[in-house]
Amino acid sequence: MSGEAFDVGKLIDSMAEFLGLPVAEDYRPGIAGHLVVAHRIAQDVLAFETSDETEPAPVFEP
Amino acid sequence: MNPLTDMTGAEIAAAVKAGKLTARSVAEAALARTEKLNPVLNGFTAITSQRALAKADAVDADIAAGRDPGPLAGVPFAVKNLFDVKGLPTLAGSKINRDLPPAGDDAALVKRMEAAGAVLTGALNMGEYAYDFTGQNAHDGASRNPHDPEHMSGGSSGGSGTATAAGMASITLGSDTNGSIRVPSSFCGLFGLKPTYGRLTRAGTFPFVSSLDHLGPIARSTADLALAYDAMQGPDPDDPGCAGRPVEPTFAELAKGMDGLRIAKAGGYFERGAMPEAFEAVDRIAKAAGADETLDIADAKAARGAAYLITMAEGASLHLDRLQTRHADYDPDVRDRLIAGAMIPGAWVTKAQKLRRVYHDNVLKLFETVDVILAPATPCRAPRIGQQTMVLDGVEMPVRPNIGIFTQPISFIGLPVVSVPVWTEGEALPIGVQLIAAPWREDIVLRLAHHLETTGVVSAPVANVQEK
Repeated sequence: MSGEAFDVGKLIDSMAEFLGLPVAEDYRPGIAGHLVVAHRIAQDVLAFETSDETEPAPVFEP
Repeated sequence: MNPLTDMTGAEIAAAVKAGKLTARSVAEAALARTEKLNPVLNGFTAITSQRALAKADAVDADIAAGRDPGPLAGVPFAVKNLFDVKGLPTLAGSKINRDLPPAGDDAALVKRMEAAGAVLTGALNMGEYAYDFTGQNAHDGASRNPHDPEHMSGGSSGGSGTATAAGMASITLGSDTNGSIRVPSSFCGLFGLKPTYGRLTRAGTFPFVSSLDHLGPIARSTADLALAYDAMQGPDPDDPGCAGRPVEPTFAELAKGMDGLRIAKAGGYFERGAMPEAFEAVDRIAKAAGADETLDIADAKAARGAAYLITMAEGASLHLDRLQTRHADYDPDVRDRLIAGAMIPGAWVTKAQKLRRVYHDNVLKLFETVDVILAPATPCRAPRIGQQTMVLDGVEMPVRPNIGIFTQPISFIGLPVVSVPVWTEGEALPIGVQLIAAPWREDIVLRLAHHLETTGVVSAPVANVQEK
């Protein structure tokens, strides 16, 4: 899926409700722009090969 | 002679200890210069005059009594306003934090600097909540570049760059999550040290992204950088992210220069997507350092992306309550990024942290054959304040998120870096180059930076600022 192939407006509406975040109309273009960029950037991250056993970087020391 | 413009911090400390200057006279000179230039440059958000003079008098009293006031005796320093300073609200560049009560104590690093004899003169402007590469601030106004006040200081430690380059303070402290020490160092022509992740305690500072937050010094000489860094090292149980390493002094190591160091340029990702001056600066350092080899830091683009996503998510998590209740009080540019960060999937962020582990292990293997890797600090010289786009490799790009493309893949895995300032004849503004070493080898990059400084390849002159 390309960065622009999802309905970012719907995503903002749903997540704003889910998170209880008030999103004014004039915030929406900025939020949408950042979500599209994040989605595009995430494709590089998601394509990176890691194994099931790869430990995420932060390790908790009890 | 003005000690702030004509002497390094190390020279000030030596003169104060030798009785050639009083710490009070140095503090008065720093405060006078700050009062004069800050209306033009907007680097400080608070000037702690009484505190500075009291501390300077204490340093002078120590000397009069035959006590050693420390290696930074009488050296004026100032801190990004996300450091707690007793009696001031810790703004972190925000409007919202103005409602907080004044800090009841100083940040750990402020205490350590003062314990070494340094004199705090104030708190410094910064991008809101450190989510910024420009040095602009919707509430306090932009901190300006002293070498051309129409241009950005760089962020988010913008006031730290402004104050140091203008000679208002000898040393400043900043924070660096994705590049916020190295970017203002590049734009303002300064030496900036981002130590290894976990090296310096963050206790008593307002966080941004705990996984990536570092603190460090900015200065106009490598000796000052090393003295400040040495004074601030050491374990601290009050910061769970502090690695607890013993103090490993670097100042005495500087004279070793670059003897025996194996140095290479970063290729691939670090050779694309920037203005020619960024690559020319790296080439100048490489030539001076005899670095003929180029090595590829594989997956740097994905690493930068992972840092970007972790920053969005952790930043949003930190601010979620405030985004629900105080959203209208944020800088709009910061608010929209934070809200978007709250909406990205947790699965992406955990994947980014797994990528971080693998990328870290792969990059560390490179240090089996080299000691220092050279890379651009920023893709361009300081843009104009308010500039929205820039053209990189023929493509028009937004300025704000792309200033950190070369710093993010490095801080992502916590490597120590000194950014060194490179000047080109005929150009009013400098540009920085990152000297990157393996974890815990700050000594190596400080040695190379010192060699480049003493051989005249890099320099950090005080800006010639025109008063209003």
